[in-house]
Amino acid sequence: MASLRAVTGTVARVRDGWASAPGRVRWPVYALLVLGALILPADSIGSFMSPSSNWSDLLFFPIGGYILLAIGLNVVVGQAGLLDLGYVAFFAIGAYSMAVLGKLHGWDFWAIVPVGIVIAAASGVILGAPTLRLRGDYLAIVTLGFGEIIRIVAQNTDSIGGPNGISGIPHPPTLTEWAVPDVQPFSGLGLGGLQPFTYGALDSRPYYYLMLLAIIVVIVFVVRLNRSRVGRAWAAIREDEDAAELMGVPTFKFKLAAFAIGAAIGGLTGVIYGSQATSIIPKNFEFMVSALILAAVVLGGSGNLPGVILGAFLVAWLPERFRALNDYRVLFFGLALVVMMALRPEGLLPSRRRKAELQEGTGGMGGLGAEVAGPDGDPHEAKAEVTG
Amino acid sequence: MCRVLLPLGREVYDIPGPGVTVFSGRAFTGLGLVPDPPGSGWKGDTLRRNIMRATGAVALSAVLAVSASACGGDSGGSGDKNSVTIGFMGDLTGESAGIVIPPKQGAALAIEEYNATNPKVKIKFKTYDSQGKGEQAVPLAKTALTKDKIVGLIGPAFSGESQQVDPVLEEGKVPSISPSATNAALSKNGWKFFHRIVGNDDVQGSGIGTFITNGLGAKKVFVVHDNSEYGKPLGTTVESTVKAAGATTQVGVIDPNASDYSATVNQVKAFAPDAVFFGGYYAQAGKLVKQLRQAGVKSRFLSGDGSLDPGLAKGAGGTVADGSVIGCPCLIDPTGKASPASKKFSEAYKAKYKTDTAIYSAEGYDAASAFIAAIKAGNTKAEDINKFLSTVDVPGVSKQIKFTPTGDPASSAIYVYEIKGATLPLVGDAKTAKLK
Amino acid sequence: MQNFLDQFWPSTVDGLSLGAIYALVALGYTMVYGVLRLINFAHSEIFMIGTFAVVGAVEALGINSPVGTLALIGLIVVLAVVAAVAAGGSAVLLELVAYRPLRRSGGSRLAALISAIGASLFLQQLFAIVVIPRFFDRPLAGGHLPVQSNDFTDPVNLFSIGSVDFRSDKVIIFVGALLMMVALDQFVSRTRLGRGIRATAQDPETAVLMGVNIDRIVMATFALGGAMAGVAAALYMMRFEETVYTVGFLLGIKAFTAAVLGGIGNLRGALIGGMALGLLEMYGSSIFGAEWRDVVAFSVLVLVLMFRPTGILGESLQRARA
Repeated sequence: MASLRAVTGTVARVRDGWASAPGRVRWPVYALLVLGALILPADSIGSFMSPSSNWSDLLFFPIGGYILLAIGLNVVVGQAGLLDLGYVAFFAIGAYSMAVLGKLHGWDFWAIVPVGIVIAAASGVILGAPTLRLRGDYLAIVTLGFGEIIRIVAQNTDSIGGPNGISGIPHPPTLTEWAVPDVQPFSGLGLGGLQPFTYGALDSRPYYYLMLLAIIVVIVFVVRLNRSRVGRAWAAIREDEDAAELMGVPTFKFKLAAFAIGAAIGGLTGVIYGSQATSIIPKNFEFMVSALILAAVVLGGSGNLPGVILGAFLVAWLPERFRALNDYRVLFFGLALVVMMALRPEGLLPSRRRKAELQEGTGGMGGLGAEVAGPDGDPHEAKAEVTG
Repeated sequence: MCRVLLPLGREVYDIPGPGVTVFSGRAFTGLGLVPDPPGSGWKGDTLRRNIMRATGAVALSAVLAVSASACGGDSGGSGDKNSVTIGFMGDLTGESAGIVIPPKQGAALAIEEYNATNPKVKIKFKTYDSQGKGEQAVPLAKTALTKDKIVGLIGPAFSGESQQVDPVLEEGKVPSISPSATNAALSKNGWKFFHRIVGNDDVQGSGIGTFITNGLGAKKVFVVHDNSEYGKPLGTTVESTVKAAGATTQVGVIDPNASDYSATVNQVKAFAPDAVFFGGYYAQAGKLVKQLRQAGVKSRFLSGDGSLDPGLAKGAGGTVADGSVIGCPCLIDPTGKASPASKKFSEAYKAKYKTDTAIYSAEGYDAASAFIAAIKAGNTKAEDINKFLSTVDVPGVSKQIKFTPTGDPASSAIYVYEIKGATLPLVGDAKTAKLK
Repeated sequence: MQNFLDQFWPSTVDGLSLGAIYALVALGYTMVYGVLRLINFAHSEIFMIGTFAVVGAVEALGINSPVGTLALIGLIVVLAVVAAVAAGGSAVLLELVAYRPLRRSGGSRLAALISAIGASLFLQQLFAIVVIPRFFDRPLAGGHLPVQSNDFTDPVNLFSIGSVDFRSDKVIIFVGALLMMVALDQFVSRTRLGRGIRATAQDPETAVLMGVNIDRIVMATFALGGAMAGVAAALYMMRFEETVYTVGFLLGIKAFTAAVLGGIGNLRGALIGGMALGLLEMYGSSIFGAEWRDVVAFSVLVLVLMFRPTGILGESLQRARA
């Protein structure tokens, strides 16, 4: 326990230092992170990270896909404080946009990307407009229902394949057949000869780079948004909606915006996933995916991007890494969620802003109802007085 | 590299050779993974299972001994000239493992018999456990192509995963023969490396449909399906076949995740059909029969290959499902009454695995035989093998091994089986069979 | 539409019997929500544990063939007690292991939700790969397959009105669920413990100041909710005689929907919501086909919430008598 505290203390100190670090320190670190992500599909890394399944495939999906989905859901849950249990719906809408427009109408991947994003965002608005006036858990069950409705409608609609789904989804067109030269250091990494902009069925690395690009763009977008007036409005809504409303924040408008932006990111992920998967079936979009993405967000640290990314990575990677455990891996995964939440309920890398808030009150989603805080904000003491 | 992880390991090399019993993963009967085949007693199976567990333990220690020696001799990997690797992909540990392990065992048997003849080019057999899920199957297929350099794949076992894996094989130019993926749409994709040794759902649906109107003489048929990628097309084909033969029909749907089918049962009851066909899997079929009978519906119950399992009778309880008829493009013939080849196969299978042949075990054997024929003819490269498969024409256990240009079997009979207690005896060919 | 008219009365009977089970399971969600403001996602697994307790109890009692209707009622009482103890005990254990540490460390409700999802996954897999293979004679991997109980019920038609059959199993489910509901309602509104539960639900801080032991109240809430799920499991098993490790999943989502539909945190709301959802599903199936059942159910939920944002009867456990 003591060592754990030491580690978390170090992490906190590093993060404090990072928060006040100037740009000339930050930018080289960002560049290094991107470089690291670029060489991630290397064979030597893959043989350790995923000995039994194709590493670059896993990097694309579930790892890359979950990360992008988690970033999108984090906008809704972590930033605006709206509990969404049906996030998979927007992922499905994106994937089906890709499949329907690409396969049945012969559209180009690059044309579908903006359209898929717009369709997903629009469906976010359609879902949000009548339901966002609902509070907390009512919203949760409505979004859960929406996720199920989307899947069942896809399953029951024969014109989009019904339960068969859609197969033969076209890949993105090749941008250039340029290949990485087969010389050091590339050949040493096993990246020599790789054609990063040629999208075939066999090599997943080009898709991974596509997903990586999407992740970077979305991160920049979300970070800038969070530092703007919109981000502050979300924080206000999350902490106390009534107070925010009284202070003149148009809460409904901002909640709807959060929903639409989250939906758009989910849709984008779906389009990219569909372009690689060749075929999709409604069963790919079950409630479990929503639950896992939500778990990723909360496990990593709701509201904090690096934490969310870490959470998504763990949720996607751990079960694949421990394939050798077979059935037991889901058992351990469930256990790990319970233990993690008990040890670090605010997540692995909690949001700094959120942490400051937590020390004052119950934080974003509110504490458990029977969590009675004493005047000094320490529930333990309050309870000690009344038990016995 | 030699790697034998037991029993939880998933990366297991089967190196069947003369007189060597190598089990892969948890796929041995000792753990009872193999479904109790038709003809075996289901009732008193506790004792039998305990015995099986004991034999499993013995088998396990045998495997460890064998794997040690196999490791010593096998240092070349799959790259050397006198051996090639054939893969098998399907759900080996998941919910549907029961219908994938028999074809895997059939295939392993064929390859073992071939290797026992000391051929110039030996075959290594490697299994890939996709758990029946496309998103797991695709990365495994890529590993199979790029790392293990397989020259042919038996599988994937199910249609859903085939839809996602076959384009990868197509680009990797590696031929596949599925023993059990029956979705009709698969052979309509223009794939050149795709084959299957089992009649597709259109063939099955029309076969069963013909049996319903001819063999049973039914005039009113209610078709229920589970709205899955398997059950729905099958149900639709049965419906259109019986309709074309002049029967009146109605269609209903059940949700396979729910347990209460009363809405559909009410519809069936109101329609009062002569026969009810269910497109779906046995777990739901059993519950459906039970709820139909409880509501007083006495119509003949029929279903397709997804329900060909003693689990149907068990789910329905007691003898409730007796007299129900299951159609299948597969030949399950433990007594070997269909042909001499079938008899020989059934005996060899039983000698090796200590159980009767089960669903798709003959098809797994035939799929492996097709690859063996290609390799015997001197083809060791994936593309050459694929070229050979387009002209292959040799006798197999379940049928003549010969493919149409789209990869479907050139001929495929549909067999019907009747539920009697916990057994599923073969009635005959759907075209001619009559119930006694 | 013709279908709907033809099958209106059979659908009503089936809908009420289905709704009764939803309502009993919904009670667990609603009570925990009322006291802790927590969606106890693992409640579906509590129900699952109850069904397996029934399978075990039937076997332990040595029952192998259907019993007569009167004996069945007695048997159901016994099975319900066994399942209620097993499920209630598991629910308390769940609270101690998965939620109490979180409450102590001041975790958010979102963290508790994730803990619940984790516990739910854990319990499902625990049954699939450990409990079922060990105790229900299913070899490994086979733990994923359905488990049948010994045959103990053979439903008979009690009486018919017109073409509508009233089968013994459906009637017992409806009556049994109703009785449990009334008993729980009385318990919560009349006993000391029930008063504590209501007080905590209304205002935990004041309840503490008034000397209510919160931990004890929370434990009692989980125990009662779990016990109701156990009774539901016994009634469910009488009807279907089969269970599987994922049996709770869909049913749990439906029951939670029912709780929200009626007004979460409200005991009578759970009853109304459960019955309404059961009827909706049956009517919806007969009009649009069973494949649209869940779409109908969720769409109606959205509609109801748009006009009554806190469900049909509104929230709050403390107004259980309102």
